[in-house]
Amino acid sequence: MAFKRLITSKKIPAFFAAFMLLGTNLLMAQTATAADPAKPGVDWLNVSYYVLLFLLLAVSIAIAGKILKVYDLTQQIQGKKGINWNNVMGVVCILFLIVGGIGAWWEFAVQGAMSLPEAASKHGVKIDDMFWTTTVITFIVFVITQVLLFTFLFRYRHSEKRRAYFLPHNNTIEKVWTIIPAIVLTVLVIFGFFTWQEVENTTNTKGDINIDITGHQFAWYLRYPGPDGILGKKNFRLIGGSNALGIDYTDKNSFDDLSADTLVLPVNKSIRINIFAQDVIHSVYMPHFRVQQNAVPGLPTFFKFTPTITTAEMQRKVEDPKFEYLLYCNKICGGSHYNMQKVVRVVTQGEYNQWIAKQKPYLTYQLRQELKLAAAADQKKSISQNTLALNN
Amino acid sequence: MSTAAVHDHGVVHHEEGHEHHPKATFLNTYVFSQDHKMIAKQFLITGITMAVIAMLLSVLFRIQLAYPDKSFPLLETLLGRFAPEGRLDPEFYLSLVTIHGTIMVFFVLTAGLSGTFSNLLIPLQVGSRDMASPFVNMLSYWFFFTACVIMISSFFVQKGPAGAGWTVYPPLSALPTAMKGSGLGMTLWLVSMVCFVGSSLMGGINYVSTVLNMRTKGMDLWKMPLTIWAFFLTAVLGVLSFPVLVAGVVLLIFDRSFGTSFYLSDIVVLGKVMPYEGGSPILFQHLFWFLGHPEVYIVIMPAMGISSEVMSVNSRKPIFGYHAMVYSLIGITVLSFIVWGHHMFITGMNPFLGGVFMITTLIIAVPSAVKTFNWLATLWRGNIRFTPAMLFAIGMVSFFISGGLTGIFLGNAALDINLHDTYFVVAHFHLVMGSAAIFGMLAGVYHWFPKMFRRMMDEKLGYLHFWLTFIGAYLVFFPMHFMGVDGVPRRYYAFTEFASMQRWLSVNMFITWAAIMSACAQVAFLYNFIHSIFWGKPTVQNPWGANTLEWTAPIEHMHGNWPGEIPTVYRWPYDYSKPGAEEDFIPQTTPFSQTMSSNLPHDFEDNPAGLEELKKWTSTHKANEAVK
Repeated sequence: MAFKRLITSKKIPAFFAAFMLLGTNLLMAQTATAADPAKPGVDWLNVSYYVLLFLLLAVSIAIAGKILKVYDLTQQIQGKKGINWNNVMGVVCILFLIVGGIGAWWEFAVQGAMSLPEAASKHGVKIDDMFWTTTVITFIVFVITQVLLFTFLFRYRHSEKRRAYFLPHNNTIEKVWTIIPAIVLTVLVIFGFFTWQEVENTTNTKGDINIDITGHQFAWYLRYPGPDGILGKKNFRLIGGSNALGIDYTDKNSFDDLSADTLVLPVNKSIRINIFAQDVIHSVYMPHFRVQQNAVPGLPTFFKFTPTITTAEMQRKVEDPKFEYLLYCNKICGGSHYNMQKVVRVVTQGEYNQWIAKQKPYLTYQLRQELKLAAAADQKKSISQNTLALNN
Repeated sequence: MSTAAVHDHGVVHHEEGHEHHPKATFLNTYVFSQDHKMIAKQFLITGITMAVIAMLLSVLFRIQLAYPDKSFPLLETLLGRFAPEGRLDPEFYLSLVTIHGTIMVFFVLTAGLSGTFSNLLIPLQVGSRDMASPFVNMLSYWFFFTACVIMISSFFVQKGPAGAGWTVYPPLSALPTAMKGSGLGMTLWLVSMVCFVGSSLMGGINYVSTVLNMRTKGMDLWKMPLTIWAFFLTAVLGVLSFPVLVAGVVLLIFDRSFGTSFYLSDIVVLGKVMPYEGGSPILFQHLFWFLGHPEVYIVIMPAMGISSEVMSVNSRKPIFGYHAMVYSLIGITVLSFIVWGHHMFITGMNPFLGGVFMITTLIIAVPSAVKTFNWLATLWRGNIRFTPAMLFAIGMVSFFISGGLTGIFLGNAALDINLHDTYFVVAHFHLVMGSAAIFGMLAGVYHWFPKMFRRMMDEKLGYLHFWLTFIGAYLVFFPMHFMGVDGVPRRYYAFTEFASMQRWLSVNMFITWAAIMSACAQVAFLYNFIHSIFWGKPTVQNPWGANTLEWTAPIEHMHGNWPGEIPTVYRWPYDYSKPGAEEDFIPQTTPFSQTMSSNLPHDFEDNPAGLEELKKWTSTHKANEAVK
């Protein structure tokens, strides 16, 4: 075999060793000269410690392997049987089951307690019910199947004296374990389907607060309706200059639209967030409210929910005075995807009214200046609309 | 008929001796080989190489996640401008994640798994001289190799490899100004993918036609081992779904390079208004996941087939419910085409459609559950031999259960609202398709190594490799569920910006060290693999006491697989520990006439003459007993 000759050839390792010696010397010399004294250089000593540690580990494993082999051979010479690896593996399987079971339990107890914050929205509670039902069912199945798997391995490990039980099929039991999962899953599907319909199939009702949220690389813009309660039209072609959202000021509803830094929401009010993206896909994610919806350029989406716990209340509940609800991006969108957050503050209606009164309209003085120039240019095109706007 | 023609051709070759063969040179034996066994080895070694590369990439980004504020000057030495000041560049981090995913899903678990074992086992287990078209088979490998080279080469372009995630959703992947990775790196990704799909199609068509046309005498569909059923259905799935990915990718190339707007609309990047109008990013997601979901079954079904075979052989017991196993594979194949929308519940797809996809998704859990219970029943009252292959097959079942159950959460649209794109998803798919499929692949490597390389692998090192990897994988992926439920998103460069995520830092450190341990454990495998190829213990004809046809082929490889006539098949492949038989296995090539003492009425369901014989034999046998 040509390959084997290649491998057993002594020239190649010799050449490789020479290369390693001379080549690395050369390389190191270069890095040494190129290194900037201000920069921390590579701590080769530290690196070589880890490499040595690994080699030491590999060598000790090799030695342990050899010892086992020698032991096995001496046993054979004495006419005894060597180590019965089937028994060893059977015991390791049962050990794994026990230790793994304890480990899984510990994870559920410690990390389980760290996860799934309390739902702070109306539909969130329903989703959590669904979650816990599913968790209980799957956990039972998980425990039963894993226990059966590993105890079977231990119980039926190889023995020369025994022969396996010839059991090619049994239609009754097949039917049983097709139908039972089917029934359980049907229940989950029906439960889930109605929860989903309830969360998503929301029609507009009077008293909804409409808020626009627009994602771009790498921040969110917010837009609240003014006193008229209606958000004006937008057009992506108008984006530029001070008009970062591309608000269409030929629509009179736009004039009183407000900008805001924080997503402030009144508690127990139905909120409809209208979701837009300017450049790539983003995702509005607010885990406390169990809200997530992608922001897709060219495809406006929305999500309706009702927050039920104010920030102040939640701060008391989690015993953290600095606690804030957060909104962050959950669809890969570029280099700073990991830091695209917005603080969400749920407040009482009174606090909300005070806050909204202080917010400034999008139509700043600077923007007015810019638009006047633009308005002159297309006055001819849309005189009627402009007069309508000016009359207001 | 092609069957007859190919068979005759093969036989003639051997009878006339070797003057027909071109001289065996290094080039036509090891490089441009048309022999399915050599192509399988090429796929395997390329697959392992790619797996090691992708694993090292994962260690790099795991280090970043564990130590987000620490500088590692060594990284700068290794990666240069991608890790300035010894810290990974955020966009390069995304590139690492993207290429890790792409390599693992497509190059390792699709080509490395199907390519290796379909090529090796289909001709050997159905009893044919070679693939239907050996030349196309060779082309399939070389397209795959080209795809690998192009994918790796993207690390050497100025702005680095593609970075929009392995799902490459536009507009991020379509706009070169949106991120570094969407420049030349993305173009290379797309070109590589087109080559890859070409390879996969050529392979798939070959597998389907070989299984359908070239089975040996007596090998009807219900006598095929489950491995062959799995490879066959996987190939069907690939042939039907991969072209859709090409369509999606070609339209993306058009959007990127020729100014069309298939996926783009209303876009402003860096303050510049783009002229695109009328496209929809959701369209790409539909096209991608129409392949993407069948793809996860393309990944897991061969692993299921391999595990079924390995578990049956090493439990010395027939696989429980052979027919149910085949029907559940068929069920998964059909259903996998109508569940892709569960990746898109919250992407802006119509919520009603989400409800429909939720129903189909949870239906697909039923055949998966049936398979799991059948595996457990196969182990019940078996006589289990712990070969490394058996351990890996068991590991596959354990991962499939753990990861599959969390699929019930994610398939539920209402729960997906909160879990979508969090670490819960990462944990789910790494267990159910990542770890489970790679364990299926490793089970296959340990089991069929003697067939491929004529030598045995070391068992003790196999045990060490199994336990370290098995425990390591659980340590890595189990804690991730809890992070996900807490709302920690995937593909985040660092969790330092959020107070709520900082408390998961210690868990991240733990996961990273578990990942490093599992990565080191692979050295045991690589050493064992390479060492055993050259210096392993030579194998015997049938080292595992298995029934299938490949163990009747001579140990020394030859073109055409069997000298003389191809053996005829008389029975199904799972007659292990049959009561009344002398040994605890009866190869498929043993006729029923030689095993009168162990025949059962069930064996002659469609063979009345045989049943008559059996009755006669039983009555005379009983009479004899009575006389005694």
